[in-house]
Amino acid sequence: MVSFSSVAKRYPGGQEALRDVSFAIGEGELAFITGRSGAGKSTLLKLIPAIERPTSGSVIVKGQNISALKRAAIPYLRRNLGLVFQDQKLLYDRSVYDNAMLPLAFSGHAPKEAARRVRAALDKVGLLGRERSNPIQLSGGEQQRLAIARAVVNRPSLLIADEPTANLDVESAARILEIFVAFNQVGVTVLIATHDQGLVARYGKRVLHLEKGRVA
Amino acid sequence: MSAWLRQHRRAFGQALRRLTKATGLASALVIGIALSLPAGGYTLLESLRAIAARLTLEPQISLFLQPEAKRAEAEALGKRLRTDPRVATLRFVPREDALRELQAVEGFPELIAALGRNPLPDAFVLSTNAAAVDALAADLAKLPGVAHVQADAVWARRLAALAGIARLGLWLLAGLLGTGLVAVTFNTIRLQILTQRDEIEVSKLIGATDAFIRRPFYYLGLLQGLAGGAMAVGIVAAALALLNREVGVLAESYGSSFRFAFLPAGDALAVVLFAGLLGWLGAHLSVSRHLRDIEPG
Ligand SMILES: Nc1ncnc2c1ncn2[C@@H]1O[C@H](COP(=O)(O)OP(=O)(O)OP(=O)(O)O)[C@@H](O)[C@H]1O
Ligand SMILES: [Mg+2]
Repeated sequence: MVSFSSVAKRYPGGQEALRDVSFAIGEGELAFITGRSGAGKSTLLKLIPAIERPTSGSVIVKGQNISALKRAAIPYLRRNLGLVFQDQKLLYDRSVYDNAMLPLAFSGHAPKEAARRVRAALDKVGLLGRERSNPIQLSGGEQQRLAIARAVVNRPSLLIADEPTANLDVESAARILEIFVAFNQVGVTVLIATHDQGLVARYGKRVLHLEKGRVA
Repeated sequence: MSAWLRQHRRAFGQALRRLTKATGLASALVIGIALSLPAGGYTLLESLRAIAARLTLEPQISLFLQPEAKRAEAEALGKRLRTDPRVATLRFVPREDALRELQAVEGFPELIAALGRNPLPDAFVLSTNAAAVDALAADLAKLPGVAHVQADAVWARRLAALAGIARLGLWLLAGLLGTGLVAVTFNTIRLQILTQRDEIEVSKLIGATDAFIRRPFYYLGLLQGLAGGAMAVGIVAAALALLNREVGVLAESYGSSFRFAFLPAGDALAVVLFAGLLGWLGAHLSVSRHLRDIEPG
């Protein structure tokens, strides 16, 4: 599903975020990316939807070589991925419902089908009753769940989440992870970056540990 | 409905909603007022040109006899001219009358006294029509006893030159304000992009194409231009209606039924479409310049 070979990423400032990273995630897998702050977790995840480009090495996603992908092809790659960002990137000028609707605006679904999908996604993360709220009125955990709903509304086969449990209490964090596990159980490949080692240990799933940009 | 059509309808709806907000309407009004100046000027000029055309329908010819010509010869020539169907009106100006007129002019009495005789010939002033003037003048010049024929097209030429200058001025004004329109749209779109910065960034992150993101802005520029153009046409129509009330009173006192005519429908439509095109151009420039800055990372 995702495979990195000898990937290095150096940011324009000279900061070497990833060095010689190689790994492969199979279809239907759920894996964690762990590491301390600054280890390169976000950088690694950003290479998959081509938000960042590798300095060297190759990144293959669903058989597509991302390193060689043309600019015009990037939107279509991203539509097939479910992305949950570290800073969530919710829009506070519109309702919960409209936030979840955003990806469907440009994938061109019929309005009825789009509405059905949004409701289904909100239902899966337990926000169906909050459709009309503004995201600002949601708790941290609820905002995180809204970000997940928006990521899955297009029914992606690969779900990528960057620190989805940051700043949450243990219970809320567990609830979030349960959602990912549920998606994984229906066949979605899931990749989660987190620095919460304790949480990871509880699931006994595959872990890629990063240290100063290298897989340890 | 196809996805493509749905997306255009969505972009159009978004643009329309933004246009009908206060800032969008204000921009459209600015455009409308700016464009109403050249459009109004053009309308007035076209109306005046119609009058001018009517005036120059009766060009004048001055026909000067040889100074030694006898009065009887002049009268014979007068009879002959009166029978020419191309001559609309005819006036004989005896040399004494011409001299009297000239003596009223400062400095001339001394000059004439110095000459000791009347240097002026008898003359005819006749009016004809624009089509015949050149041929008639040529024919008249061949008549016996005629010293000089002057087809007086100077006034018509001056009027044409003035109209030309006015038209050029209007084009310059239109060019200037058209550029202003592009600038206004450029700025509206820039502000709109700024207010939607987050939405644009997120949309790019989750798979919106550039075309999808640009589309509502193009529509906004186009609609704002069209609305501005329509307002300009409306302003000109309203101003003309007001003006014509006063002009009507004045014209009637001269026994005329003159009114300023509104722009022909084709021209009015052209103003609106052209404004829309310029709005689209402003949006294009703004979008090309500003959307590139929003690259998620
Ligand atoms: N856009 C950028 N420009 C320059 N350097 C960057 C950029 N993004 C990240 N870095 C640097 O790359 C390194 C890895 O950053 P990254 O965000 O991938 O770490 P992380 O593991 O996600 O950390 P955290 O747990 O704090 O989110 C850091 O040293 C960071 O300073
Ligand atoms: Mg990070």
